[in-house]
Amino acid sequence: MSIGEIFLEFLLIGATSFGGVVPYLRAALVGKRQWLDDKKFVEMLSISQSLPGLNATNMAILVGEKLHGIMGSVVAILGICLPGGALMYVVGMVYHQHGDHAWATAALKGVAAAAVGLILSTVVQLSKKSLAGKFDFVFLALTVLAVNRFHQSVLRTLIVVGLLAILFHRPGRAQKASDAQ
Amino acid sequence: MNQVPTLARVFAYLSLLTVGGGMAAFPEMQILTVDVHKWLTFPQLIHLYSVGQMAPGPNMMMIVSIGEWAGGVLGALVTVAAFFGPTALLTFVVARFWKRLERWPWRASIQQGLAPVSIGLLLAGCFTMAKGAVFGVETAAIAVGTLLVLLQYKINPALLVVAGAVLGVLSFMPN
Repeated sequence: MSIGEIFLEFLLIGATSFGGVVPYLRAALVGKRQWLDDKKFVEMLSISQSLPGLNATNMAILVGEKLHGIMGSVVAILGICLPGGALMYVVGMVYHQHGDHAWATAALKGVAAAAVGLILSTVVQLSKKSLAGKFDFVFLALTVLAVNRFHQSVLRTLIVVGLLAILFHRPGRAQKASDAQ
Repeated sequence: MNQVPTLARVFAYLSLLTVGGGMAAFPEMQILTVDVHKWLTFPQLIHLYSVGQMAPGPNMMMIVSIGEWAGGVLGALVTVAAFFGPTALLTFVVARFWKRLERWPWRASIQQGLAPVSIGLLLAGCFTMAKGAVFGVETAAIAVGTLLVLLQYKINPALLVVAGAVLGVLSFMPN
């Protein structure tokens, strides 16, 4: 496939992926285009989730790289960001001008509350999928306490609790490896 | 004062904190964009983030709005480049030798160890946001209702955020 095709496909995903990009990525890349098989897709998603960065943009980089090297990555991330970015540029300006209208503040209160529910549902679903054993819940709780209760920076929390958790899951005591997925 | 270099620095730093999702960086984003640099207020940050959940594409594109407010078109472009550039580069580099790490036993340890921490960061970001977004019976009901519906049914989350807007108008619109 050409650079142009990669750009257009990711532009299309970027313009239509309402409510989270992963299912749209899968439908387009594994289903419609068959640029990847399902196994490769899941493997790339797991790399995306372990690294800093959003799933959407990390996946764009990984898939673009596999299909067409560095130029593939560049056009894929541009394509997936462009529609939403342009939209939020306009939305930001409109909100700046009209965000204090009564109807807007009322609607935004509802939108923000729904967004909290949405994030919580992601927390629950991810926990079911990737936490193994009670110690993982201890690390989770430590992270939340460090940031919300003791006002530690996200970076320091990530380094300290992350290192503890990695050491806990060190090679050799990995009998849980099979049910971690 | 020209905010563009500061935008670049702040968003490049926030970029590296987005382990497990954009929300992981939210507590730090509040401190830096609201408290330190005063580019916007806390309610505005919550509103932009929430409205951004209805937009297609990566779910943190609301950073474009912050960049535009603080530094115009250039501010918006620099913010996007700073927020996605560092992690894109890191991912690109790691992709190159990830295969070779397959037999490195610590790879699985890192993945398993980072899972609870990244979920914890997501939850911490959620609590930070809830402090400003949930304040009474109506908003609590919308948040819990959204959570329960999403756990129970396979429905597009963007639709529920739109439903939240409708419920917000019905609950808070002065007659």
